[in-house]
Amino acid sequence: MREGKVVKGVRFRDHRIVGDIIELAERYCADQADELVFYDITASPDGRTVDRSWVSRVAAVLDIPFCVAGGIRTIADAEEILNQGADKISINSPALEDPEFITRLARRFGSQCVVLGVDSHELQGRYEVYRNTGDPTKMASAARETVSWIVEAQERGAGEIVLNCMNQDGVRQGYDCGQLAAVRRRCNVPLIASGGAGSMQHFADVFDRAGVDGALAASVFHSGEIRIPDLKAFLSGRQIDIRPVSKPE
Amino acid sequence: MTRPAVAIIDSGGANIASLRYALRRIGADSVLTSDPARIRDADRVILPGVGAAAAAMERLRSTGIDALIGELTQPVLGICLGMQLLASASEEDEATCLGIIEGTSGKLAATPETPVPNMGWCPIRCCGSHPLLDGIGSGDYFYFVHSYALPVADYTLATADHGGPFTAILARANFVATQFHPERSAVAGSRLLVNFLRLPA
Repeated sequence: MREGKVVKGVRFRDHRIVGDIIELAERYCADQADELVFYDITASPDGRTVDRSWVSRVAAVLDIPFCVAGGIRTIADAEEILNQGADKISINSPALEDPEFITRLARRFGSQCVVLGVDSHELQGRYEVYRNTGDPTKMASAARETVSWIVEAQERGAGEIVLNCMNQDGVRQGYDCGQLAAVRRRCNVPLIASGGAGSMQHFADVFDRAGVDGALAASVFHSGEIRIPDLKAFLSGRQIDIRPVSKPE
Repeated sequence: MTRPAVAIIDSGGANIASLRYALRRIGADSVLTSDPARIRDADRVILPGVGAAAAAMERLRSTGIDALIGELTQPVLGICLGMQLLASASEEDEATCLGIIEGTSGKLAATPETPVPNMGWCPIRCCGSHPLLDGIGSGDYFYFVHSYALPVADYTLATADHGGPFTAILARANFVATQFHPERSAVAGSRLLVNFLRLPA
């Protein structure tokens, strides 16, 4: 879910968006993506939660796991989304405001449901976590060092980390393999790389050099620049362990 | 052919929406129930499970379903924690389980290469033959989310590996089970669910 598809406070346009989400979900499912993440990037800065009516519709068409992110602030928020068929929920800004929230979510639903999104920004060689990154006017440093935040979050029960390297995001110059490799050494749960994918070689690099468990990308897939079946064939050819594209029944 | 009626045992807390959608996509209606009569009368029974073994066993005992499951004669499919519940015990909270399948679920070994929980797509290796495996072969990927697993034993139909081999699919009499989530395992998972619905009653 990107800006163009998110309503700018106009509720009646929601239905059109839902159509788009379902269409995209079906397309990526047919292309044999391994997992989908739905981000409402404006939810936290606006102080609202995701509109959840589409979650169950997505669950009905998808036969792969999916994760929902955006402004999940309470156990009830998480429960509603999981009950509608999402496999995981991802939290970012609310966890920074109240780290104990990670613990409560993990106790209630199990670590496997609880993904921590981390937006990490490099400034003069130091990696810092940012919050409310969906809106440039509200984005702010959370005054936490990236690796120590990730270590704390996994101790609190986060079952997966999605590390978005902000300096790389949207630039399509490749993932930040150095930062990801450093986090990988301290991270005992699955680590997903995010931010910077521009070519198929970038995916191969991040698996080879950073040892991540997964690579997330948006723009190169949305634009059709990289097709998932082609990417999977490319990665398999590089001896990277990935679910191969199977022929449809 | 009439649609098989599938009873999904309500073990509480489990997220079963995706399972029900997956069954619907292959044309099967399901009910989520903790009513012993409905479970006993169903053509097919599924024991799902997300969460902790001891808590799930507690819920099954509180409704008396624990004793009923072992008496079922129709095909029964355990999924993920549901598979571990069919076994004798689990190292998780040292839970005593249903004892339908002999064995104790052990904690996966966490290494830098194999973080725990094991979350993601893993290939299986088939080592048995069973109608449940029709059209499914070694090298097919399924979606796993777990921290505990059953060791490989004579009931094992397929194994997977995460810091060591474990049972991915098993069968004993009318009981079959998968450590992975077939409802989230794309075409291969759907195939397995179809096979389950086709098992002779």
